[in-house]
Amino acid sequence: MDTVPPSSEPLRLHIPPHRSMPGQHPDFSYFRLPPAGGFQRPDIDAPASETHPLSNALIRVLDDDLAVGEWDPKLDPETLRQGLRWMMLTRAYDDRMYRAQRQGKTTFYMKCTGEEAIGVAQAMALLPDDMLFATYRQQGLLIARGYPLVDMMCQCYANARDPLKGRQLPVLYSSRKYSFFSLSGNLGTQFPQAVGWAMASAYKGDRRIAAGWIGEGATAEPDFHHALTFAAVYRAPVVLNVVNNQWAISSHQEVAGGEEATFAARAVGFGLATLRVDGNDFLAVYAATRWAADRARANHGATLIELFTYRAGSHSTSDDPSRYRPEDEPATWPLGDPIARLRDHLIRLGEWSEERHAALEKELTEKVRADNREAEKFGTLDQGPQFSAATMFEDVYKEMPWHLQRQREELGV
Amino acid sequence: MPSMNMVQALNSAMDVMLTRDPNVLIFGEDVGFYGGVFRVTEGLQKKHGMQRVFDTPIAEGGMLAVAVGMGAYGLRPVVEVQFADYIYPATDQLISEAARLRYRSAGEFWAPITVRAPCGGGIFGGQTHSQSPEAIFTHVCGLKTVIPSNPYDAKGLLISAIEDDDPVVFFEPKRLYNGPFDGHPDRPARSWAQHRQSEVPEGYYAIPLGQAAIVRPGAAVTILAYGTMVHVALAGAEEAGVDAEVIDLRTLLPLDIDTITASVAKTGRCVIAHEATRTSGFGAELAALVQERCFYHLEAPIVRVTGWDTPYPHVFEWEYFPGPKRVADGIRQAMAE
Repeated sequence: MDTVPPSSEPLRLHIPPHRSMPGQHPDFSYFRLPPAGGFQRPDIDAPASETHPLSNALIRVLDDDLAVGEWDPKLDPETLRQGLRWMMLTRAYDDRMYRAQRQGKTTFYMKCTGEEAIGVAQAMALLPDDMLFATYRQQGLLIARGYPLVDMMCQCYANARDPLKGRQLPVLYSSRKYSFFSLSGNLGTQFPQAVGWAMASAYKGDRRIAAGWIGEGATAEPDFHHALTFAAVYRAPVVLNVVNNQWAISSHQEVAGGEEATFAARAVGFGLATLRVDGNDFLAVYAATRWAADRARANHGATLIELFTYRAGSHSTSDDPSRYRPEDEPATWPLGDPIARLRDHLIRLGEWSEERHAALEKELTEKVRADNREAEKFGTLDQGPQFSAATMFEDVYKEMPWHLQRQREELGV
Repeated sequence: MPSMNMVQALNSAMDVMLTRDPNVLIFGEDVGFYGGVFRVTEGLQKKHGMQRVFDTPIAEGGMLAVAVGMGAYGLRPVVEVQFADYIYPATDQLISEAARLRYRSAGEFWAPITVRAPCGGGIFGGQTHSQSPEAIFTHVCGLKTVIPSNPYDAKGLLISAIEDDDPVVFFEPKRLYNGPFDGHPDRPARSWAQHRQSEVPEGYYAIPLGQAAIVRPGAAVTILAYGTMVHVALAGAEEAGVDAEVIDLRTLLPLDIDTITASVAKTGRCVIAHEATRTSGFGAELAALVQERCFYHLEAPIVRVTGWDTPYPHVFEWEYFPGPKRVADGIRQAMAE
């Protein structure tokens, strides 16, 4: 008996293609744009399986500058203007700090250009004391919670008023007061920690929930799977967000496993609720986050949200996107810019104007400039002053053991 | 005072802490209804409830990650890793996260986690149920590493570990769970009942981390050991017929350097015994510290008696294990010059 199936060809290894080369036209052929307002909004207590078709959807609310469909969160104009303001402040802050890095005032910076709706709308959809386990590209969360820009700048400048005493790479913020968990430079590690925090909150009968963020690239790490497993097993009150900005430094989302399935679809096998959202649509991001937060707070468990967006800038100040993708790709990305889309919506509603927009832009640029002047009074990374080197031996342990005391003496500080 | 074996003493420590502190939680693989593969958590779920003692998926990295999140919330999770050999998937969360959290957040967040893991050989567990990976963790700033050698210490040290606001890796020598073991596998197994340190108070007591114990005073040579090797060192000293001072380190980090220094300054000779592999083992750190501090007291080179630099081989367990004969040989070598 022949046990070997007939095959006309030998085996071949598939390597995901690098679709968009520098110098070529951007290739968005993998992207299908579904109509805005086209998907149903399940009740927050619906079985997770009712959300599973949404793992292949793209929830969109803004259509021709109008809000349409069941997912329209029906926010009042004042709230929308506040969201616009936070997004524009985030961009102005990014631009200022990017320049500061170029000026040598800090060693490193990471912008979130094009992804501002994610941090800002999500902070507004959560409650102020919900615990956030973010990545380095959700500075909008801190800004929308009102964390002082001066403190953020002082962290980036590692100066004498750096809240983290010069110990962390720039942008790896931490603020217990603002319920913003210490950022790690290791990708993905904070995602299952958010689940643990949420389990603790549930154990204590608290009302606060947790939210975690991860990039699509880091979903390949085991931590992503740990988060989904533990969130499902213990029905943890947590909102789990995959920010799919399509680029992990120079690797396209297809290298992370996005070629045959969406990242939202990962949740289906775990029995978790899942939503796939236009991450550049402020209203859709707000609505999806609010749905997941309400669901978690009502003891119906975790939701995995894929926020489909586009990293318009470089990964960090250490890479040059023109080396790995077409230079006009950011400008031609079909889902556009989140700030421009919300601005146009407000104008269409008659609640905003080009003039007011320009005035606000100017006001925020001036605010960032003033805050930066204030921060620089406490020093910059290149010019100092910094904390005393003696402090680098502190906080390794709650109490300093003898061997660290000896090493501090050895350093002579 | 009741006599307890090490399993009962560890169980009692967790029972006491679950009772005293509502923020203490116990979780790990099979620790809930079943009570753990070594029975260390037996009865705790029944007594304290499903919410406080529960089973987890087989994902050591996930267990440690949720423990970090719980610690940041304000709980004191006690995580059982079923065998020390299975701790490696959790190392990123332990090393990059738990150990660094206080530092990187400038003291705003910390991870008061205790990770319990049965370590060491002597039960024919082969290379995946026998390892002693303590030196990996003593190398990590921000972690504390504890290894008890008897029931009394096990309970007092585990209570201190749970109460500690820093993450503690707590290795339990599994060959000692049911009785002291002097490294002679051919002799009948002894129970803890006759051992002085099986008398364990039922209630709360704590042994501070960072304090060694002199388990046998002596004048001729200092033997530094921990875990199972404390008992093997005592047997080895007796077989060598040498008046050795045997020090049980109990906590590797923070290390009780003063007790070590005082002893070697007195004896002038030092043997270091551990079951873990030799190269870059904790013995290397001990030897460096002893020569830095006692060089002019030393009358002979420091001797290391350790496991070989091989995986723990299943069928050659007793050729691998640094038993009393090898310890006695090491003592004679240290005494020869």
